[in-house]
Amino acid sequence: MARIELVDLAHAYRPNPTQPSDYALRPMNMQWDDGGAYALLGPSGCGKTTLLNIISGLLRPSHGRVLFDGKDVTELPPEARNIAQVFQFPVIYDTMTVFDNLAFPLRNRGWKTADINKRVQQVAEMLELSSDLKHRASGLSVDAKQKISLGRGLVRPDVAAVLFDEPLTVIDPHLKWLLRRKLKEIHHELKLSLIYVTHDQVEALTFADKVVVMTQGEVVQAGTAQELFEQPAHTFVGYFIGNPGMNLLPCKINGGAVHIEGSTIPLPPKVSAALDGADGKTTLGIRPEFVECEVEPQPDTTPATVTSVRNLGTHYLAEFRVGEHTIAAKLRQLSAAAGDKVWLRLPAERTLYYVNDKRVA
Amino acid sequence: MMSKTLTRPILALYLLLSLLPIYWMLNMSLKTNEEIVGALTMWPSNLTFDNFKTIFTDPSWYDGYINSILYVVINMVLSVAVALPAAYAFSRYSFLGDKHLFFWLLTNRMTPPAVFLLPFFQLYSTVGLMDTHLAVALAHMVFNVPLAVWILEGFMSGIPKEIDETAYIDGYSFPKFFVKIFLPMIKSGVGVTMFFCFMFSWVELLLARTLTSVNAKPIAATMTRTVSAAGMDWGVLSAAGVLTIVPGALVIWFVRHYIAKGFAMGRV
Amino acid sequence: MKTHNNRAWFLILPVILCVAFSAILPLMTIVNYSVQDILGPTQHVFVGTEWFRMVMRDSELHGALYRQMIFSLSVLAIEIPLGILVALTMPAQGWKASMSLVLIALPLLIPWNVVGTIWQIFGRGDIGLLGYAVNHAGISYNYTGDSIDAWVTVLVMDIWHWTPLVVLLCYAGLRAIPDAYYQAAKIDGASRWAVFRFIQLPKLRNVLMIAVLLRFMDSFMIYTEPFVLTGGGPGNATTFLSQYLTQKAVGQFDLGPAAAFSLIYFLIILLFCFVLYNWMQRVGTGDKK
Repeated sequence: MARIELVDLAHAYRPNPTQPSDYALRPMNMQWDDGGAYALLGPSGCGKTTLLNIISGLLRPSHGRVLFDGKDVTELPPEARNIAQVFQFPVIYDTMTVFDNLAFPLRNRGWKTADINKRVQQVAEMLELSSDLKHRASGLSVDAKQKISLGRGLVRPDVAAVLFDEPLTVIDPHLKWLLRRKLKEIHHELKLSLIYVTHDQVEALTFADKVVVMTQGEVVQAGTAQELFEQPAHTFVGYFIGNPGMNLLPCKINGGAVHIEGSTIPLPPKVSAALDGADGKTTLGIRPEFVECEVEPQPDTTPATVTSVRNLGTHYLAEFRVGEHTIAAKLRQLSAAAGDKVWLRLPAERTLYYVNDKRVA
Repeated sequence: MMSKTLTRPILALYLLLSLLPIYWMLNMSLKTNEEIVGALTMWPSNLTFDNFKTIFTDPSWYDGYINSILYVVINMVLSVAVALPAAYAFSRYSFLGDKHLFFWLLTNRMTPPAVFLLPFFQLYSTVGLMDTHLAVALAHMVFNVPLAVWILEGFMSGIPKEIDETAYIDGYSFPKFFVKIFLPMIKSGVGVTMFFCFMFSWVELLLARTLTSVNAKPIAATMTRTVSAAGMDWGVLSAAGVLTIVPGALVIWFVRHYIAKGFAMGRV
Repeated sequence: MKTHNNRAWFLILPVILCVAFSAILPLMTIVNYSVQDILGPTQHVFVGTEWFRMVMRDSELHGALYRQMIFSLSVLAIEIPLGILVALTMPAQGWKASMSLVLIALPLLIPWNVVGTIWQIFGRGDIGLLGYAVNHAGISYNYTGDSIDAWVTVLVMDIWHWTPLVVLLCYAGLRAIPDAYYQAAKIDGASRWAVFRFIQLPKLRNVLMIAVLLRFMDSFMIYTEPFVLTGGGPGNATTFLSQYLTQKAVGQFDLGPAAAFSLIYFLIILLFCFVLYNWMQRVGTGDKK
């Protein structure tokens, strides 16, 4: 168990990075609480695996420091940091039995046989592998092998954190759920720090207490599922989280009102003040869950044409065309059909504004 | 992996010992016979290219090279051409006797060439192909085709069948699909195959010498003629040897990136 | 999933034709000769298994077979471990990797008679670096006169010639191991030897099987290189099976016994490879996913 801090951490593959694009990981500062479950969420290539490898010690960062419980571990190799890592595919020692696989890290540390036996039995029971201990590890199913990989990490009592790099990628969908539950159980029981890298938002949001969203080497937001959903700090977070993601519309701010595609919506004074003098790309964001639809024109609505309607059982998923842009909405009821003209209301309290992709209001 | 301080010296030592005999032959090829027989030196004191000149100007010498290159290329092209459809069949279809056929193909690779000596001699004489490049090319196909089918089948199995099916749905005929879509995807596999076919045909000489006498004589046979009245012509012999290494070295130099990449892809 | 389609035979036809022409016809000839005694151009007498029995009793054959076994086993025992070792020392990527690959593979691309010639020259006491150096170090060395020297030279030549094949195969196998295994081993605190024993060696199993089979087969069939180097001598000290066969067939023109032995020769290799292959498969069971 350890509290992990990243101080001015950045990583670039070239020696003298000058622009942001030279960095694989842009400069950041972060704290990860002891015993917390975190997810690193982002699309492929966003740098989440790089970050994970820096934390585990498999990669030395080009700038900045990594602290475990206040101690600088930046120069330390993985085995000295006491972490465990589970990879995308099961990494086991084919020629050994399950027991020997789990015992391997302890044997390397010179533990006594009796202690090894006890500890391995403990971990095997926790992972429901006890009946397989005598079998050759290579003959087991894929999910059992991943459990062995995890077990090798848990078998050390002083393990500081367990890092997961998209560990459920090769697991069958119906087994994923079981494994995820097992991970939560273990987290609950052992109170370890867990860091889980994934590109699947459902996995991230169900597994972690706090989710760190990354894109293109930059950490754009860290927060709980609710924070990320209701208050996305970056257009990417809005777009990536939620299904479908947030509607993002380019707009112009002028004279206390926002202009989109020919219609004008007045802005509340607070918002107007925040956006005043904003220099750069302005984007309006609103989640499909909050878009309202009227069949008669109302004072604060924008005209739109229905392009498609899908009945998903619990709600309708409709898409509207506003000028050149599309807005998606999840509605409880909808009396319009494709081709109809409707009026959309974007409630001010649910509408967010971004300048250069960063949230301003 | 291993610490650099340990691996680099071992590798360097191995490379040194490996290249030493070749260097020695190169050394001798640049000396005159008198110097060779006179004293043993690590490099020529009187550098001379006469030995090489002899080879390049004497038709009985350079003919040997041309003949060798000819039958090797013919063999390479034929082996791959014949192996491609067969490998595709083994990769995509199961059919009556497929496993037995594959095994029979492999047994051809296991047959000692010496076993074929006499029968080949009689066979090729009978069909009138004696002393032709085609004869050697065909003879070498006995062990190159199984190897080619084996390697190509491996690469082809790495391409998902869905690609074939998509192409047929899109209206491609089989030949068009094979040439325009499939072949480019297994490019590196074809490259590896051609390399091995070249290699095994270039180096094999028992059959090559047996099946040829004058017109298609490979460089091997020519090299045994270097005994003259003045004694063994070491200089020219060494030069001839050096020149036989050149095509192989060139080939592997040009394909080195593909080979390294093929290894990186983890395809054996 | 393969689809069942007997029309695939059309695709196989070219291969069958070519190989049949070059392999089946000659083999038929051999079988023909092996059971007949050819007294004259038109006089053939069917003798059944007489040639086979004669060949099996031939003490020269026994000697050649014995020498061949020792040769092949020695070759395997040295080339496989050495190949693995060298493959482990090679860089994984970059221009140094391509460079090493080219230099290491060079002996493989030399025509086999030139290989013999290189070592013929290299081993001589008067003009060869090896012969000269060894003799001047105080060890008397003469590969044409002394049987042991001849054996050692033939062995060293083969090792020089064919270890690169093992190196290339093992190199390919090593590159196929994902980084994650090495990373996990680091995290587990594994020693360098443990990494070799528990990760690299098991994952090289398939490649090593190919290497052992190929090297055994090819060393059992070897002809050109030792023939050029020692001519099978001194005496018959380095006469292996292929040379024995060639002497019988071409030298003495004993077609019947030669043909009989050809078949036996082929069967021996087939048997060994079959046994070796099955043994290695069994060693690897429990590994199927």
